[in-house]
Amino acid sequence: MDLLSGVPRGQKIEQGGVAFGRRGHMHPILRTVLQRLGLGLLTLFIVSLVIFSLIEMLPGNFAKRILGQAATPETVAAFEKEIGLDKPAHIRYVTWVGNVVQGDFGASFASRVGYKRQVSDLITPRLKNTLFLASLTALIAVPLAIGLGILAALYRNSPFDRIVNSVTLTTISMPEFFMAYILMLFLAVKLQMFPSLASVDADTPLWERIYRCALPALTLTLVIVAHMMRMTRAAIINLLASPYIEMARLKGISKSRVILHHALPNAWAPIVNVIAFNLAYLVVGVVIVEAVFTYPGIGQLMVDAVRTKDMPVVQACALIFAATYILLNLIADIISISTNPRLLHPR
Amino acid sequence: MTAASTEAKIPRARRSKSEMILRELRKAPLTAWFGMIVVAAYVFVALFAPWIAPYGESEVVSDEPFALWSSEFLFGTDQLGRDLFSRMIYAARNSMGIAFAATAVAFLTGGLIGIVSALLRGWFDQLASRLVDAVMAIPSLIFALMVLAIFEQPTILNIILVIGLVDATRVFRLTRAVAMNVVALDFVEAARLRGEKTPWIVLREIVPNIMPPLVTEFGLRYCFVFLTISSLSFLGLGMQPPTADWGLMVKETATLITYGDITPLLPAGAIALLTVAINFIVDWFLHKTSGLRDGQ
Amino acid sequence: MNQWEELQRAAFGKRISRRDFMRRATALGVSTALATGVLSKAGYAQEPKKGGKFVIGIGHGATTDSLDPATYPDQMTGVVGWGASANSLTEMDEKGNVVPDLAESFEPSDDAKTWVFKLRKGVTFHDGRTVTADDVVASYKHHMGPDSKSAAKSILASVAEIKADGDNIVFTLNGGNADFPFYASDYHLPIMPANQDGTVDWQSGNRTGPFSIESFDPGIGAKLKRNPNFYKDVWFDEFEVKVIADVAARTNALTSGEIHFMDRCDLKTINMLKRNQDLEINQVTGYGHYIFVMNTQQAPFDNPDVRNALKYAIDRDEILQKVFLGYGTVGNDNPIAPSIQYAINPEPIHSYNPDKVRELLKKAGLDSLTVDLSVSDAAFSGAVDAGTLFKESAAKAGININVIREADDAYWDAVWLKKPFVASYWNGRPVQDWMFTTAYAADAAWNDTFWKNPRFNELLVAARSETDSNKRAAMYAEMQQLLHDDGGLINIVFNSYVSANSKKVAHGPLLSNWDVDGMKIASRWWFA
Repeated sequence: MDLLSGVPRGQKIEQGGVAFGRRGHMHPILRTVLQRLGLGLLTLFIVSLVIFSLIEMLPGNFAKRILGQAATPETVAAFEKEIGLDKPAHIRYVTWVGNVVQGDFGASFASRVGYKRQVSDLITPRLKNTLFLASLTALIAVPLAIGLGILAALYRNSPFDRIVNSVTLTTISMPEFFMAYILMLFLAVKLQMFPSLASVDADTPLWERIYRCALPALTLTLVIVAHMMRMTRAAIINLLASPYIEMARLKGISKSRVILHHALPNAWAPIVNVIAFNLAYLVVGVVIVEAVFTYPGIGQLMVDAVRTKDMPVVQACALIFAATYILLNLIADIISISTNPRLLHPR
Repeated sequence: MTAASTEAKIPRARRSKSEMILRELRKAPLTAWFGMIVVAAYVFVALFAPWIAPYGESEVVSDEPFALWSSEFLFGTDQLGRDLFSRMIYAARNSMGIAFAATAVAFLTGGLIGIVSALLRGWFDQLASRLVDAVMAIPSLIFALMVLAIFEQPTILNIILVIGLVDATRVFRLTRAVAMNVVALDFVEAARLRGEKTPWIVLREIVPNIMPPLVTEFGLRYCFVFLTISSLSFLGLGMQPPTADWGLMVKETATLITYGDITPLLPAGAIALLTVAINFIVDWFLHKTSGLRDGQ
Repeated sequence: MNQWEELQRAAFGKRISRRDFMRRATALGVSTALATGVLSKAGYAQEPKKGGKFVIGIGHGATTDSLDPATYPDQMTGVVGWGASANSLTEMDEKGNVVPDLAESFEPSDDAKTWVFKLRKGVTFHDGRTVTADDVVASYKHHMGPDSKSAAKSILASVAEIKADGDNIVFTLNGGNADFPFYASDYHLPIMPANQDGTVDWQSGNRTGPFSIESFDPGIGAKLKRNPNFYKDVWFDEFEVKVIADVAARTNALTSGEIHFMDRCDLKTINMLKRNQDLEINQVTGYGHYIFVMNTQQAPFDNPDVRNALKYAIDRDEILQKVFLGYGTVGNDNPIAPSIQYAINPEPIHSYNPDKVRELLKKAGLDSLTVDLSVSDAAFSGAVDAGTLFKESAAKAGININVIREADDAYWDAVWLKKPFVASYWNGRPVQDWMFTTAYAADAAWNDTFWKNPRFNELLVAARSETDSNKRAAMYAEMQQLLHDDGGLINIVFNSYVSANSKKVAHGPLLSNWDVDGMKIASRWWFA
């Protein structure tokens, strides 16, 4: 839900303030990457601790949840033993960390004797679906946002600028599920253009998949476009006041050329940052859109797992989300640095 | 003598300040005016809800669920036969109040820890930063969902605290970054050398200098909190009935959309209008304080 | 009178079978189109025909579901892993009788202590292997034994021994039980292939039912295709179940034609759904009931007059209309649904009567009464609203009820069976013995009213092994009357299963033992 995050990410200044490696002896990009990766690993570790403690604090446990009202204490105890919930929390955590380090995410609590459900098997198809929807949305939303942003900057304060601004502001201000319902009403129920269910599976052919994902992708586009478009516009306008643009303009270069060739290349840093931020959102934050269109993505899996307290699945999802977030931020930082000559060649 | 002169000075300073505000207001663009009027109207409705609403918040006034719009029930009734117009008005109070409280919690905790981190650096800063990094890396909606589930019963206080604390991480990031710049400035250094106590430095030197970005952020955060609460309501963990809340009302009436009834648009529109209005004001404020010029 | 008119009259009075009607109409020279038109107006189901892919949307289903019948939680697993893909020894028909399914016949001994089920000949699993009595034994043993965490463990607790004898399966019970074949129809008891070591292979989903499972994605859905070797007719070629938890999304999927059937309609907007000409709404009153239960061992509920005062202080009609929008049947403090064998409607009917409440309170020596009522929507959806309306109606009769809203998550753990006056829900059972043994016998684990009535318990044991149907009817009538007059339950309503389907599909009368046409929708429906 962190769409509009008011902080232009360029203002972020620095993430932690810890310097790994000695300054100056390493290429700045390499240094940043190593530093961020180290911090990222630390963050992942803290995330797993936080999630583990949260689930431990939740009332009830998986065995009670699944067996429900009908369970007698003996059946609960038998079930707890089967999935290893009878061991103390710290031992379970240490075992889990040990396995993850070796690349084994373990089995879901929903496993039974003779029927192992590996967390990785559970997550992989869902993650693919999520990534597919995220890419589809990004393919529509990113060019659209940048294009609109440039046009709005070019014709700033014109009716076009104002309309684009207001419309995107409105779409971002609506609750997501509501936007989804409206699109569903008009495009699926009334016009019957797209299906209202985005149910896909591994066998769904690509075109069918795109067709089925149209409504969720459109909903997400409406949600994220505003943020990216506004940042593009602001970043360009911000640069228009700088002396070299002033100079270019005095030389009589056309307005659109000034913006495309002189302002835009230097505005990439904040734009890329906000794009990275929104892409991360597409991967981790689409729970509601998935629920409305019953899209089998990873967000829904995690919400389900939280409800049933299926710890191994919750942990794996959380790690994937956190890693995505950290990686996208890292990529954004690298792009910002490499597009900024001053940062690229310090002193 | 000295007392008299300061006394004489203060009103003049005040007058000039209020004059300045007035002048700024006069120069404010149409969108900002629109935003301010809408927000003022919302606040008015929220404050005087019991006097404006024709019926009670959870009073069942009609035997007919989802009665049509009429002069008796302006926006019809909801699924239990409660007057939708009255519930919209009461919801203004609940939704806005709770979102405000949650945002305030976020700013008080996030802001304070952020400033202290910037000022103290060292292990405190490390600890806070790492923890905040970790929480930010967990999707906020899922995080809120988990924490709320711990409390078993999502009471209003719990919602305020949980959302407030989740959002505090974002405020922390911003505050720490901005405060870091200010702390390095000469006048803070000077105050320190004068031997001023830390609370004094925070209140007198740092806070006033980081106010503009924080105020902007407050407006934006407020909108998010609003949307987060309505999303939580949608997932069944937000406000609990019979409390009137716009998010919850959208959820309760959402199936009507399928039948071409626009009733669910009303609470959703109420949320959208308010966030748009706030964003207009924020835009204007950002424009004023950041010295962002349009280049022409 | 003209013969054609007479024939039509017979059709509208449902006094003639579809087949006979068509035969006689043809004999009279009436065109087929006209005749079928009359039939559909008269509400006759159409002649089933083969073909097509049937898709349904279900409101249940989680990523933790599995095909292990021991832990089937709800309709999703029930429809996929039982109704469509498997068979139990027996099944229920639409009139509430138990009829043979995978068993060809079943016979009790004279004291109903030993039951012999004769296996249907030549039935095969989906992989082609013939079903043997050993498979049945293994499938039952899967739920028995001390380590079992099966939902069917309690109903098989009375089974002392189960053994295969050629084509027969012999159950020896601890005591006589005339209703045992009903137990054998439970959806937790599908017959599955046995492994060499006597355990059962539930993992593969290889079963005997009308459809074989092609894919099963927990929390997402399942795809099945027709079993060409099934021993009965099956109409659809393919069957797909989609999990759509959000009711608005489910409704949209139905109206936009992506699914043909949805369960659990949104009652609040059902009147608008009814206006859609392409859809049909079905309402089935099952055995499930929403109740408030009092602990009859604790004051003030240990006084039968207080219990009865509360039974008269609730306005069931108002709750049915306002909370359940009329979908259901008001209860009369008898947990046995009207459609169950030997059910009675005990007199006097308990309906809202403030004067009677005051009279009963006076008899109990009380001027007024204040009690705490614990509710949560975890008990049943609408429990909080029902409690609030109960409070209002009781207040007018001089009883002050404090409605306490309990936490959803811990409700069944910490409130139910713990606090003295709570909201509760029973899915109901197809026979009285099953329901009573589960919840009203003095020593039942889930005796949520803590009711210990000697006469009732005596009758319960006697009726179980009684094979004379008149005597049983009399015994069950007396037990229901006892519960009604003295028990600690306030039965608010028998809830209805409300579903909707596209008119592209057709069906006969719906089963009332479970939702989704007794979970057997896949084999009982067809394309119109």
